[in-house]
Amino acid sequence: MPAKNPQQSILIVDDEFIVRDSLTKWFRQDGYRVESAEDANHALKMMNSGPWDIVLLDIKMPGMTGLELQNRLREIDKTAVTIMITAFASVESAVQALKDGAFDYVTKPIDPDHLSHLVANALKQKKLHEENVQLREQISGISGFEIIGTSPQISRVIELSKTVASTDTTVMLRGESGTGKELVARTIHANSARRYFPIIAVNCGALAESLLESELFGHEKGAFTGAQYRRKGKFELADGGTIFLDEIGTISQKMQVQLLRVIESKQFSRVGGNDLVTSDFRVICATNRDLEAAVKDGSFREDLYYRMNVFSITIPPLRERKSDIPMLAQAFTKKYSGVMHKAVDGIAPAALDMLVRYDWPGNVRELENIVERAMVLAVPPLIQSNDLPFQFGAQALGLKTDSLASLERAHIETILHRTNWNISRSADVLDIDRVTLYNKIAKYGLKRP
Amino acid sequence: MSSILIVPIRPVDHAALTQLLAPLKDIFHTSAAIEEIKYLDPAFAFDTYRNQYNSTLLLAKILGTYPAAGGKVIGITSVDLFVPVLTYVFGEAQLDGTSAVVSSFRLHEFFYGYDPNPVLEQQRLLKETVHEIGHTFGLIHCHNPECVMHTSTSVEEIDLKSERFCTECAGSI
Repeated sequence: MPAKNPQQSILIVDDEFIVRDSLTKWFRQDGYRVESAEDANHALKMMNSGPWDIVLLDIKMPGMTGLELQNRLREIDKTAVTIMITAFASVESAVQALKDGAFDYVTKPIDPDHLSHLVANALKQKKLHEENVQLREQISGISGFEIIGTSPQISRVIELSKTVASTDTTVMLRGESGTGKELVARTIHANSARRYFPIIAVNCGALAESLLESELFGHEKGAFTGAQYRRKGKFELADGGTIFLDEIGTISQKMQVQLLRVIESKQFSRVGGNDLVTSDFRVICATNRDLEAAVKDGSFREDLYYRMNVFSITIPPLRERKSDIPMLAQAFTKKYSGVMHKAVDGIAPAALDMLVRYDWPGNVRELENIVERAMVLAVPPLIQSNDLPFQFGAQALGLKTDSLASLERAHIETILHRTNWNISRSADVLDIDRVTLYNKIAKYGLKRP
Repeated sequence: MSSILIVPIRPVDHAALTQLLAPLKDIFHTSAAIEEIKYLDPAFAFDTYRNQYNSTLLLAKILGTYPAAGGKVIGITSVDLFVPVLTYVFGEAQLDGTSAVVSSFRLHEFFYGYDPNPVLEQQRLLKETVHEIGHTFGLIHCHNPECVMHTSTSVEEIDLKSERFCTECAGSI
């Protein structure tokens, strides 16, 4: 297996012929494509005819110093790895070369063992960098929008998320519990310029005030009993990325003041410390509380409300987008079929009917839980009605009365949702003619969403 | 296959050169001989500042003094060699040419503070000789760690490889 990668190339820039000649011979024996340049002008011409993987550059040359030349060469090809060669150990110029982006520097005469490993490492690092760029490009090609549904309501949420993702605007997500606020937050983050940095989620409602403070801002060693080590807080961890503050409506007045200050200044101190920590984060917050009412009754600060509520997205409850239920249920079936290694790949029509009729007070989260439970009970290949935990009835339908009219209305509405308001198909399913269906739609005041 | 002529560059252990003949014949399937009359005096290549001998100058001298006549000429010495930009070299060769030079100086165990090990040192000399002759056949460094053409900038790396070419390198000679 002779030869290293013949595509790998080295440009040697040195005013001494003997240095260029020796290094050219040395690297050609390693299988590299090697060329040399005796001065800056020649080097710049060679660079333009590149690309070169590695440039070995003498730090001291007539006309233009290696440091200046390095910067000029990087203007032509910023991906080329530069290794500086010095005739004497000049710490100052070597440090400057490294600051300007050189990979390393070597002092003449060079230990061949060191040179061999240095070049191999430089090439390895360049390859990793190139792979990294490729992977980033691949990631960029993935939309990252995993919100499931095609209903007009959820399509609007997706559209707004896409719009706001590319900005650094603070986003307020509104919606009932279980509607998927965190998923929308993660989707916004995944499609933002901050996607290579973390999204840190904090459930503000799950922590006592004292714990929340330490969780958000971190603490110094000895800040409180049990604080044996310094700990970074969520704001610090979110540096470069996004912090998702869930259940923001539950935090205390004291925390509201602190939060407002941090969001505005992007600076804070760890609990028990005085040093200011700076962090660059984007805020996405979520609540299912009526914050406007909370502002009115004084339990939520108005200034914080306006700081948080810059761009608001309301995620509809599942009962308002029932046409998405079959798609969501199918997605959860597929998910748990993989997790449970169970060959259940669908839902029987009767069971699906029940899912669509149900009112879903717990929203998508409840639907997922119910599908997961059904997957445990289901006998392949389909989930059946008796695998579902609820019974068909007025309560399951979310009806307040057991009257025939309310049942008929709910049933017609469900079928219309299921068929995406296709009148002919709905009439077929209901076993009535289209005119009758139109009459009933008018009678019950049903409207296409 | 062209013949191999070993040119002794003083000072050198003649017995060590003699021991190279049989394995070189075997590896390259050719005749191998030692230049018994015109030994090379390396004094002209001595660098007083570095206290080493310039291998590039020695290589040029070999080229001018010993016509290869279709074969390969390799100078072997026990003095320490360098090329100007590097601190040392075990040897130097004309890539796809006729001549090469090898030093046993840094192949000796005493150089690294150990007791002499003549068998190991002779193996190292053979490997480096075969390696540099390999370059004269146009072979470049090989990824196979056992192939004699694998790059070696330390004796430890020389010890890891064999004195033989891998199948692909052998096929290129």
